[in-house]
Amino acid sequence: MADHGTPGTAVERHEEPSASAGTAVVLPESEQIENPGFSPYRPRVSDLDPVKAKANERRVAWLFVLSMIGSVGAIAAYVVFPITPGDPNSVRLNTLFLGLGIALALLGIGVGAVHWSKALMEGHDLSEERHTTRGSETTRARAVEVFHLGNKESGFTRRKLIRNTLIGALALWPLPGIIVFRDLGPANQDANDVLRHTMWRKGTRLTKDPNGVPIKASDVTLGSVFHVIPEGLEDREDALEQKAKAAVLLMRLKPEDLHVSPGREDWNYHGIVAYSKICTHVGCPVALYEQQTHHLLCPCHQSQFDITHEAEVIFGPAKRPLPQLPITVDSEGYLVAQSDFHEPVGPSFWEREHV
Amino acid sequence: MSVDTTAPAAAPSTVETGSDDQLPPGRGMRLTNWAANYIDERTSISGLVKEVGRKIFPDHWSYMLGEVALYSFVVILLSGTFLTFFFQASMAETVYHGSYVPLEGIKMSAAMSSTLHISFDVRGGLLLRQIHHWAALLFVASVTLHMLRIFFTGAFRKPREINWVVGFTLFVLALAEGFTGYSLPDDLLSGNGLRIIAGIVEGIPVVGTWITFLLFGGEFPGTAIVGRLYTLHILLLPAAVVAAIGIHLLLLIINKHTQFAGPGRTEKNVVGVPIMPVFAAKAGGFFFIVFGIIAVIASTVTINPIWNYGPYDPSPISAGTQPDWYIGFADGALRLVPPGWEFLIGPYTVSLNILIPVIVLVLFLVAVALYPFFEAWVTGDRREHHMSDRPRNAPTRTAIGAAGIVFYCALFGAASSDLIATHFGMSIEAVIHICQAVLILGPFVAFFITKRVCIGLQKKDREIALHGFESGRIVRLPGGEYIEVHRQLSDYDRWRLVSYDDYQPLMLRPNARGKITNRARLRANLSRWFFEDRIAPVTRGELEASQHHGGH
Repeated sequence: MADHGTPGTAVERHEEPSASAGTAVVLPESEQIENPGFSPYRPRVSDLDPVKAKANERRVAWLFVLSMIGSVGAIAAYVVFPITPGDPNSVRLNTLFLGLGIALALLGIGVGAVHWSKALMEGHDLSEERHTTRGSETTRARAVEVFHLGNKESGFTRRKLIRNTLIGALALWPLPGIIVFRDLGPANQDANDVLRHTMWRKGTRLTKDPNGVPIKASDVTLGSVFHVIPEGLEDREDALEQKAKAAVLLMRLKPEDLHVSPGREDWNYHGIVAYSKICTHVGCPVALYEQQTHHLLCPCHQSQFDITHEAEVIFGPAKRPLPQLPITVDSEGYLVAQSDFHEPVGPSFWEREHV
Repeated sequence: MSVDTTAPAAAPSTVETGSDDQLPPGRGMRLTNWAANYIDERTSISGLVKEVGRKIFPDHWSYMLGEVALYSFVVILLSGTFLTFFFQASMAETVYHGSYVPLEGIKMSAAMSSTLHISFDVRGGLLLRQIHHWAALLFVASVTLHMLRIFFTGAFRKPREINWVVGFTLFVLALAEGFTGYSLPDDLLSGNGLRIIAGIVEGIPVVGTWITFLLFGGEFPGTAIVGRLYTLHILLLPAAVVAAIGIHLLLLIINKHTQFAGPGRTEKNVVGVPIMPVFAAKAGGFFFIVFGIIAVIASTVTINPIWNYGPYDPSPISAGTQPDWYIGFADGALRLVPPGWEFLIGPYTVSLNILIPVIVLVLFLVAVALYPFFEAWVTGDRREHHMSDRPRNAPTRTAIGAAGIVFYCALFGAASSDLIATHFGMSIEAVIHICQAVLILGPFVAFFITKRVCIGLQKKDREIALHGFESGRIVRLPGGEYIEVHRQLSDYDRWRLVSYDDYQPLMLRPNARGKITNRARLRANLSRWFFEDRIAPVTRGELEASQHHGGH
């Protein structure tokens, strides 16, 4: 053990300005319990018994052989379990056996190597000295000198004009690099204006999501709920963007259950009401309707809206009620919008109230 | 010595085969020698081997957590590279015609369609996708656990504060990698995740709307976001992760690993196994074990079955869906906001229901990043620390950590509020209110309990160090008295219990100008809070006294 040194003696005392111990309690040497030094080595079976060592050697080799079997097995599985189009089970078998083959190949190597290291490789702990992280005083002095020389030979601090203009130039050069990212966003689009309007217009029919079949008022029975998109949505180039704003939930309540505020008396049609499906919190679809309570629940963050009270928030992080789409029926009895929403749908944004 | 150098000259016939007479090198050995020489003459790599080849690594199970993180990242790189050959990061609309019949003829983006192609048409594609996803989940999990290990053992102390910050950066990068990757398949679930991100960004005052349009190239969802996230996911973020890992490991080598207290171990040495060969075999083998376990999971357990969710559509959603686990705490923070946190300044909307959770999360993360500097300021300890603390021996730090974990878990639990509600038959309101209560009160309770438990354990350690442990052997004394014999610990075992750093509260004293500054007062208060309740390590005098009295 002499070569590893006993603690305390092998330590080279780096006498640098000793670091403050702060509020640490540093006992005088006489009060410190002595480090007992390394505990004696506990030999392993492989150290004592050559037969056991030989057995461990065979074990490791077998694990490596197992790994080879796994690799070959994985290649075999790739061929033996092809994917048959339309058969999900073939995908399952392919994934399973290819994966297990690869896993065996990996685990064989891994377990073998670890077993080798633990059972057979030299098992004594070794000790290595630590040095304080800071450089030695001479190294630090030389580093300081290097900076001084650099400064002296370039005149960095002496020629202030050069230094300051250099700093200015370095501060400015990344700016064009930032500017060029401007066109990540659309060039001539007023975001506020875009977010404010949806596809709904006076007379736009309410159609079923996703098949686009128009909805007759008579189809909407009491207690039913429809997921609605505006007519013609599927033909739009920007169908997803439009749908993300225009999606609507339609349900029929008893007219006496609705608490209608002044100015909205004719926004429903015999108890059929349409509300934006886009949550006013962060924009998830508010898709869960509880028929009995007439509550809408957003599955993302659990905001709840009361349809009998014009979709006002009764629980959860949302603040504003879901915007209501004013509806009526056309001459053929199909439900149509009276106009667009009267306010922006979806999550709040800074300029939302700024018209 | 002269014999050695002259031997070849004296026997010219053997010069070519060199030291044949001692160790005849085989063909392979000669090739190895030649190659080693060839490389060294062009790189002077022998210096590196000399420096690090026999570096010592201490052994402890908790030191493997960082290794798991490193290895799962390698698995992510390997499996991810495979996926890039098949994935199309495009939101161009296509109609699906592939092996998965239920989605036949459905409109979807090329990203979704190519992900289905990987899953159902490429042999091993689903396996690699699942390896990639499971490895990513494991990566963030092991990074988190590794951070907790560093925290609770005090391994962030001088000289490792910078490496803590580098590691923290890696944690944030891992979250970013996770989220960008999660969003790529453009399925219903990831699309709703992006919808939430868009909604959050819109909630930023003044510039939120504009930034949303910048990110998405216009209105949500647009056709740009998947391609942009892909660039981040496979180029920018991995480059940053690799660079940070490089710095992290370089500093690890410079600082050397910490070690737990043990016989023979001091602040001035590092005791363990050398890189060549034991650590290399163990760590190398461990890489294959980590990879192998990920492969077993990936081949038997489905993850992110996008074919069940379908392509992104802004209208449908399924109840009870969960984000990847590491996003949970952020999602939970959004859920815990009470109703009505939004107001107007003139015509402008301030969405506190979004800003507050975001600010709280940022502050939480900043607190994590800065903790080492805070503790160093409180203790004023400028010495280097290379011994891992046992968590009980730093009761206040451990209690702070426990409080942080409870805080995190309250947010994390809230992200599953709907599932908890349905699973336990509770109302959603009750679950949210419980999570809110745990978020606010839980950390205090956890702090108090943890600190008491730590101090209790320290007392027990002290007792055992001084008086030994109950041997279970009952002895009847000549006088008829029964006693249980206490057995003393060996010096080696005792050393583990008695060697730790101890601090006392800072005494508040006027400075040179005779004044007590507020800063000093704050520091003294914090120091008192940290160290007022403390169990000092056993001293030599106490030990000798107890041994003279004979352990009773």
